Amino acid sequence: MYWNQAYECMERSQLEALQSERLINTIQRVYYNVPYYRNEMQKAGLTPEDIKGIEDLSKLPFTTKQDLRDNYPYGLFAVPLSEIVRIHASSGTTGKPTVVGYTRQDIATWSELMARTLTCGGTRKDSVIQIAYGYGLFTGGLGAHYGAERIGASVIPISGGNTKRQIMLMEDFGTTVLACTPSYALYIAETIKEMGIPRENFKLKYGIFGAEPWTEAMRREIEEKLQISAIDIYGLSEVIGPGVASECQCKQGLHIFEDHFIPEIINPDTGEVLPAGSKGELVFTTITKEGLPVIRYRTRDITSLTYEPCPCGRTHVRMHKVLGRTDDMLIIRGVNVFPSQIESLLIEIGETEPHYMLVVDRVDNLDNLEVWVEVSDRLFSDEVRRLEDLNRKITHEIQSTLGLTARVKLVEPKTIARSEGKAKRVIDKRNLQGG
Amino acid sequence: MLVKQISVFIENKKGKLAEITRVLKDHNVDISAISIADTENFGILRMIANNQENAVKCIREAGYPVNTTEVIAIEVPDHPGGLHKVLEILEQRGISIEYLYSFVRAKSEKALILFKVENPETAVETLEGSGVKVLSDREVYEL
Repeated sequence: MYWNQAYECMERSQLEALQSERLINTIQRVYYNVPYYRNEMQKAGLTPEDIKGIEDLSKLPFTTKQDLRDNYPYGLFAVPLSEIVRIHASSGTTGKPTVVGYTRQDIATWSELMARTLTCGGTRKDSVIQIAYGYGLFTGGLGAHYGAERIGASVIPISGGNTKRQIMLMEDFGTTVLACTPSYALYIAETIKEMGIPRENFKLKYGIFGAEPWTEAMRREIEEKLQISAIDIYGLSEVIGPGVASECQCKQGLHIFEDHFIPEIINPDTGEVLPAGSKGELVFTTITKEGLPVIRYRTRDITSLTYEPCPCGRTHVRMHKVLGRTDDMLIIRGVNVFPSQIESLLIEIGETEPHYMLVVDRVDNLDNLEVWVEVSDRLFSDEVRRLEDLNRKITHEIQSTLGLTARVKLVEPKTIARSEGKAKRVIDKRNLQGG
Repeated sequence: MLVKQISVFIENKKGKLAEITRVLKDHNVDISAISIADTENFGILRMIANNQENAVKCIREAGYPVNTTEVIAIEVPDHPGGLHKVLEILEQRGISIEYLYSFVRAKSEKALILFKVENPETAVETLEGSGVKVLSDREVYEL
């Protein structure tokens, strides 16, 4: 079952011709409408005429999250603000978020891509879909919402949290499709079990899970516990949000919607484009976006691509489940966390040494963040109360800055390994790449 | 009349205390009194030792956060109500105790009490004025 068979199953030569045409058009637009891109292209000695098709893509300079941040908030928008109908944002590393804007046409494109994604996951016109991704600045909730409405499914826009109520509505409203983060899906499964509600009370059949990395083992567990078929979806707000790539029911990699985004795999150190099948950093160029087109945007996600035909009949390239990151970003309960955020918060509190370690683990299917902070002579107080106050203060600051509850642990000096080069700030015990 | 107490931050982990006592043994430090305040994650080891500067130095070299705090050492009669009498005096003067630990000496009728307050000078004055024996640091170290 496809949402848009003509595009999703387009023959490759035809698809490439379409990509070339759309790329040329995009480069024209960014060159003339976005001073940043014009400058970057001029620095590389390029004019729009140098880009004659997808074979010229690798001539273009990369764009990074830092470039978006440097042009905060609207600097990379390619249309006047009056044409923007929606603004989303994701958490930034230093307080300022990454801002993305959509024109009316972008919202239509996004709805189309999410309609494809949700269709891949089993959503139909007669489905009842419960959207438990967060609604708000985060793209997850509204992205899925518009896609589900496009299909014509019955949408329950419940957003995240309040698990018992989620389960009550799931039972009473006859939800057939659940869209949320995989860890939340497992949490829901556990809670259903605790509440002792029999499976036959639910009509749930499909799960559409993303916004955080998860393993095949976790998929098996979710599918078994909820007795559903679960797919992995991929996206990032800088590119469009969810709806960049989606697994089909074959569950052998995620189809990237190539009629809208051109993927490349590069060597993260040299920037060299790697052949299909190689593991490297995933880079995207958007070729239909109007509000915020991005050219060779470095996702920092590590994966590989395969152009082998998929049994589902879709011709679009498949990316492997994300295998890691080239930076130290962590995704904890769907929230993007950079160790540097914790660092600047500790420096601001000023009562601790900037030696810290983030220890992430998954306990009872929920991510747990522990922050270890070294105690020094300088901040060591003889009174338990003062140390506990400090502990509470750090916990509170993390909660209000990142929206995450962390367990802060004061440790002895030198407990946290010093390294010669880049300090190791993270111990991730979640084993998200394992089977 | 205040006594310097050594405080050490240690994680609440197996074998940690023995690591400290080993360091002190190796440096020939004699502990007169010792107490531990513990929480789920960490503990604060508090002690009175002879050769206090040397003790601080060797603990610091071993990599533990350490500092010194002034506490009051008093003698109370080792019988029912002995401690209560002293605490009553402090309570009447509105002096609150941050923490306290005791130490009973062999072959003595008196117990040694160590405690920390906000204003140690006032506390010492009050106690001495009420006839409580406050020990000097030398007296404590020589125990």
